[in-house]
Amino acid sequence: MNIDLPTDIEETQEGLLAKKFSAVELVDTYLGRIEKNKDLNAFLTVSSDKAYFQAKEVDRVIGEIPQKDILKQKPLLGVTIAHKDLYLTKGIRTTASSNVLKDYVPDYSATVVERMAEAGGITIGKTNCDAWAHGASGENSDFGPVKNPWNKEYVPGGSSSGSAASVAAGLSLVATGTDTGGSIRQPANFSGVVGFKPTYGAVSRYGVIAMASSLDCMGSFAGRVSDVEKIFNVVKGKDGFDSTISDASYDKPKDRIKIGIPKEYFIEGLDKEVEESVLRASKVFEKQGIELKQVSLPNTMYGISVYYIVQPAEVSSNLGRFDGIRYGNGRDAFGAEAKRRIMLGTYVLSAGYYDAYYLKAQKVRSKIIEDFDNVFDEVDAIIAPVSPTSAFKLGEKTSDPLKMYLSDVLTVSANLAGIPALAIPSEVNREGLPLGFQLIGPKFSELSLFGLGKLYESVTHFNNKWQTNLKRF
Amino acid sequence: MILTHRFRKELRLFKKWTNDSIIGDMAKLSKSDVLHVAKLANLNLTEKEIDKFAPQLSKVVDFVGELSKVDTNNVEPTSQTTGLSNITRIDNVNLAGSLTEDEALSGSDKVYNGYFKVNAILKERSDK
Repeated sequence: MNIDLPTDIEETQEGLLAKKFSAVELVDTYLGRIEKNKDLNAFLTVSSDKAYFQAKEVDRVIGEIPQKDILKQKPLLGVTIAHKDLYLTKGIRTTASSNVLKDYVPDYSATVVERMAEAGGITIGKTNCDAWAHGASGENSDFGPVKNPWNKEYVPGGSSSGSAASVAAGLSLVATGTDTGGSIRQPANFSGVVGFKPTYGAVSRYGVIAMASSLDCMGSFAGRVSDVEKIFNVVKGKDGFDSTISDASYDKPKDRIKIGIPKEYFIEGLDKEVEESVLRASKVFEKQGIELKQVSLPNTMYGISVYYIVQPAEVSSNLGRFDGIRYGNGRDAFGAEAKRRIMLGTYVLSAGYYDAYYLKAQKVRSKIIEDFDNVFDEVDAIIAPVSPTSAFKLGEKTSDPLKMYLSDVLTVSANLAGIPALAIPSEVNREGLPLGFQLIGPKFSELSLFGLGKLYESVTHFNNKWQTNLKRF
Repeated sequence: MILTHRFRKELRLFKKWTNDSIIGDMAKLSKSDVLHVAKLANLNLTEKEIDKFAPQLSKVVDFVGELSKVDTNNVEPTSQTTGLSNITRIDNVNLAGSLTEDEALSGSDKVYNGYFKVNAILKERSDK
């Protein structure tokens, strides 16, 4: 039996607890939608057996745990989850969208996967992405590109392409992603869904295939800000396996909030429609009594160069372990982009170049962090565009790696500084493609970002457009 | 190189930011540079790949070289952003958190007597 698709966690759980539908029926519905929309290429593996197993468990506990306690014990009760194929899932194939791991079945699960399952979540499948999370379009997958659900001639953004597309098309209620240089925020922006990148050190990276270890953040996609917040509350905090994790005290949002508009993010070259839409979003906040203030992050311009030194350096080190001995295929199975990044990283770390490139980049990274520290003395958050343009066409940038790298210009700085950011969709442009903005805050300011995001949603109507688009799938 | 409209825009954005042209003097990576790096990275590249990567890597290295003009005197490098250091745990054996031999070997079909098989790295002596 197919049911009316719930569009957020609250609706899902209300429906389950009121017995409007069962978790098994929910799974039937999502699996049907995945099957029907195979052409999006959002999923690499559909975990039907696991999903039905977990759904039956959900239906069982609904009869067992008193209704007043159930959501405290199982905050993600009945929530279908699509995991980016970088998250290890015990017994379910995990490929990193690379031929190197095309037959790899892990023996343990990532902390995020474990915690979401423990909270009542249902793993529906594993999503396609740029191989090893290297890319800004989804086109670097060894298993073919993902298509943008708003217009299939366009990319959904990357690297978490399948996760963004699966939520945008209602193939899963929520999805996980990894954000190393924008890989959650940019596909969320291109695909018209909410994308959240936590503070570095807030969510354990354990069991997620590493890209660049000083930048990787484990975040999520959903239709609404309240849903990524619910996921964050379940997955955050120490697990004993990732020594970068703090059990931070997350401060409640202040009563009077100031939002900064960083001038370096709004200069010539940014598409006019993107600029105007972000400024319109800032006016929405202003109308709600939030003060806007021009601020400056003078070293923003160097973010992309720092990122394309530090990140490939760490990539070359992390991908060194893939030698085809203990698992997976040998190094010849790496695709072109992985090879390029391994080469680039090895080059900047090699004798004679280390000081000029790697050490220099680490120093400029300090200056970028200092910029943010200064700005967050003046304001509580900043608002900025996510990408210089809306989604681009499939194939438009694949022949020129540098061109693709430049897509990351507005997102990498938050990763270099280790600070949280929330991408929120705001409008649809004349071509029918989503536009949006990001809110960036100081470390562990997640509650303020969620508060601002929910405020924005409560007085605007993008969610209705997304729900209308869902009906097409 | 044919620049699309969109890329032109991004280029302008960057020129504005860096007051510089991306396509200036190339930091040229020669074929032997590429081969050297490939050897360090344990990658076997085909001739075709070398011809493809050399200009692509040159272009990126050239671009990121812009950092040379940033004044970083008296700036400490950042390797990570948590502010934490020397995080340790009690050194207890946790068998529940460990893989069994079978589990550890399950990812490979090249196993022998509970070991992984690897390629030989030494050659047999010819004078034996």
